[in-house]
Amino acid sequence: MRNLVGYLIRRVGWMLLTLWIVYTVSFVLMRSVPGNPFSSERTVPAAIERQLRARYNLDAPVHRQYFDIGWGIVSRGDLGWSLRLEDYSVNQVLAEGFPVSASLAIFGLVFAIGLGIPAGIISAVRRGSFADLSMMTAAVLGIAVPNFVLASIVILLFVFILPIFPAAGWGTLQQLVLPAFCLGAPVAAYIARLTRAGMLEVLTREHVRTAMAKGLSPQAVVLKHVLPGAMLPVVSYLGPATAGVLTGSLVLEKIFAIPGMGSHFINAALQRDYFLAMGMVLTYTVLLFVMNSIVDISYAVIDPRVKLQ
Amino acid sequence: MSQARPTHDPAAAAAAEEQRRETLARLLEESKQIRGNSLWSDAWRRLRRRRAAMASLIGLIVLVILALLTPLLPLQSPIDKDLKNRRLLPPEWGAMTMGSREGLGFAEGSLVAELRRFDAEIDELRRQRGELSDPAERSAMDEKIRQRTRVEHPFNQLWNKLGPVSHLMCRLRVSLFGDYAIPSIFGTDKLGRDLLARVFWGARVSLLVGVVATLVSLVIGVSYGATAGYVGGLVDAVMMRIVDILYSIPFIFVVIFLITFLGEDNVKVWLQDRGIEQITIFYFVIGAIYWLTMSRVVRGQVLSLRNEQFIEAARTVGASTWRIVFRHLVPNVLGVVIVYLTLTIPAVMLFEAFLSFLGLGVAPPDVSWGQLLNDGVEALSSVRLYWWVVVFPGAALAATLFALNFLGDGVRDALDPKMKNRD
Repeated sequence: MRNLVGYLIRRVGWMLLTLWIVYTVSFVLMRSVPGNPFSSERTVPAAIERQLRARYNLDAPVHRQYFDIGWGIVSRGDLGWSLRLEDYSVNQVLAEGFPVSASLAIFGLVFAIGLGIPAGIISAVRRGSFADLSMMTAAVLGIAVPNFVLASIVILLFVFILPIFPAAGWGTLQQLVLPAFCLGAPVAAYIARLTRAGMLEVLTREHVRTAMAKGLSPQAVVLKHVLPGAMLPVVSYLGPATAGVLTGSLVLEKIFAIPGMGSHFINAALQRDYFLAMGMVLTYTVLLFVMNSIVDISYAVIDPRVKLQ
Repeated sequence: MSQARPTHDPAAAAAAEEQRRETLARLLEESKQIRGNSLWSDAWRRLRRRRAAMASLIGLIVLVILALLTPLLPLQSPIDKDLKNRRLLPPEWGAMTMGSREGLGFAEGSLVAELRRFDAEIDELRRQRGELSDPAERSAMDEKIRQRTRVEHPFNQLWNKLGPVSHLMCRLRVSLFGDYAIPSIFGTDKLGRDLLARVFWGARVSLLVGVVATLVSLVIGVSYGATAGYVGGLVDAVMMRIVDILYSIPFIFVVIFLITFLGEDNVKVWLQDRGIEQITIFYFVIGAIYWLTMSRVVRGQVLSLRNEQFIEAARTVGASTWRIVFRHLVPNVLGVVIVYLTLTIPAVMLFEAFLSFLGLGVAPPDVSWGQLLNDGVEALSSVRLYWWVVVFPGAALAATLFALNFLGDGVRDALDPKMKNRD
């Protein structure tokens, strides 16, 4: 337990350091762009521009701005105002987009685990069979086909040729199926391969032979003695998997017109909405850090040999 | 033992010497007969036995050759739009004539004729230049000729920014195939451009990004990792801590953020003034984020190698740190590096496609596969079923990534010493 607290404190420390670096880099980039956010649009009268600059604190010296914006984030969690979305603060955009993206990501991950692990188990147990071969080929395909290609194929098949699902939008369960599938498919492919490799390794171990020898049913052996050991690589993959799902949701939210964080982030990047983009990058950093920490902790819980450090 | 005993007979000594030399020569001869099984020949043998990996390798080689020779192939123009007659045509077999579109205004509606006309015009200008005597007028004429060949050349309307080599290849293609062009067997896109030609030209950009960005990551990763591993101590600790921090930054998001700034008009002008193309930065940015794992892998290997005897020997002889790292350590970690390399290329290509798909990568009129897919998906959401705009670029990208992944797996298994006696 003491171990865990120490670990968490260290992780938070690292996270703050990382966030500070990301913030500094973003700030330097923002300030090094010539002109200011208001100079690129149609010209406003000088007096109004002065007012705008004062409102957004752009007339202060650079180090002052760096400190002020940073302090705003630390003390109030205030990430500033969006420069392109009318009357939206970055926090509001995040508050609206986060639940959408989070549910999409969770569905994607659940789908990936639900499909990947059974596929891996079956192909490991029936090694060399037709099922094994076809599933592993599918897995390589799942890794090789980018999810936006998959998305377009799936739209072609299940929206246009066989109209089962709606093409885009958000809100109903039906609208969730296709994006979650596309999001989860590459992750499912990796998980299936990892599960299969892990299973094959554990299957040759002595304790499995003992379990077999004392007459346990094959199901019991696989589920109780092989699977837990084989899950370790899968668990450690869940950290990168989260990153993959978050990245994938950038494109999928665009294709399926889902109003999540990802589509806002892309729009922010395309329209040079610096504050929104910076707020998003900081949020994604926190998200990944939290997910990675959870994965590390659960890894240590599953495998007592692993020490948190 | 005969040498140990001092002998006074010069003839006997000479004979002994001769015999010794013969023995040595025979040994040398014998050792030449024996062919050692190096790591590489071993790995190559194992790789050759894997059908899937070999098929992928051959497929990729063919792809690279085709991409290199694209200007030479009788493809249609990748950028010439025909909004009136050829928008979103399904795949078809009707033969095409280069330069036949009316809007181009080519002589006789043919590229060959137009090229002949243009060359004649330039020749005429050259002849006029030859008659001029005033050097100022001459250089003005030179300038005019240069301007005209650069701006008004018929190739400019059919291809985008041809380099000198590609230009020559296009010339050769015209003299080889004349006006013939492969029919639009992949259909046309929403601006009436031939999709087959675009897939081919897109392959050049996508492959180039993959290779260049991977090389950038290779150089950074190997130097960084090798230095950290060899120097060790505090330097190593600090360098690896930096890598740890960088690891926890979600780079894809940072890169998108970075591209936000590169797209800014002022920055674009600033870069253009310095002769830097946006796409170059793009390569470097991608390469610069994929070096982290490489540096970790290399460092681990170097750490385990640095206490080996051959390194100590090199140090005793007085080799510099620089020399030891790059002459003795790096070649020994090459196996791991190659394995990682074959897995980085598909990742980088995927990332490029991903960014181009989002409209943040390669910008038109350059084409890349990601961008083609973006166009394709846009066309998909309309009422009619334009399947070809998505299926062909998607298949090209997926097949390439598939082959690269397969090859990467094969190379990894082939170079893995644990696999040595398994097959």
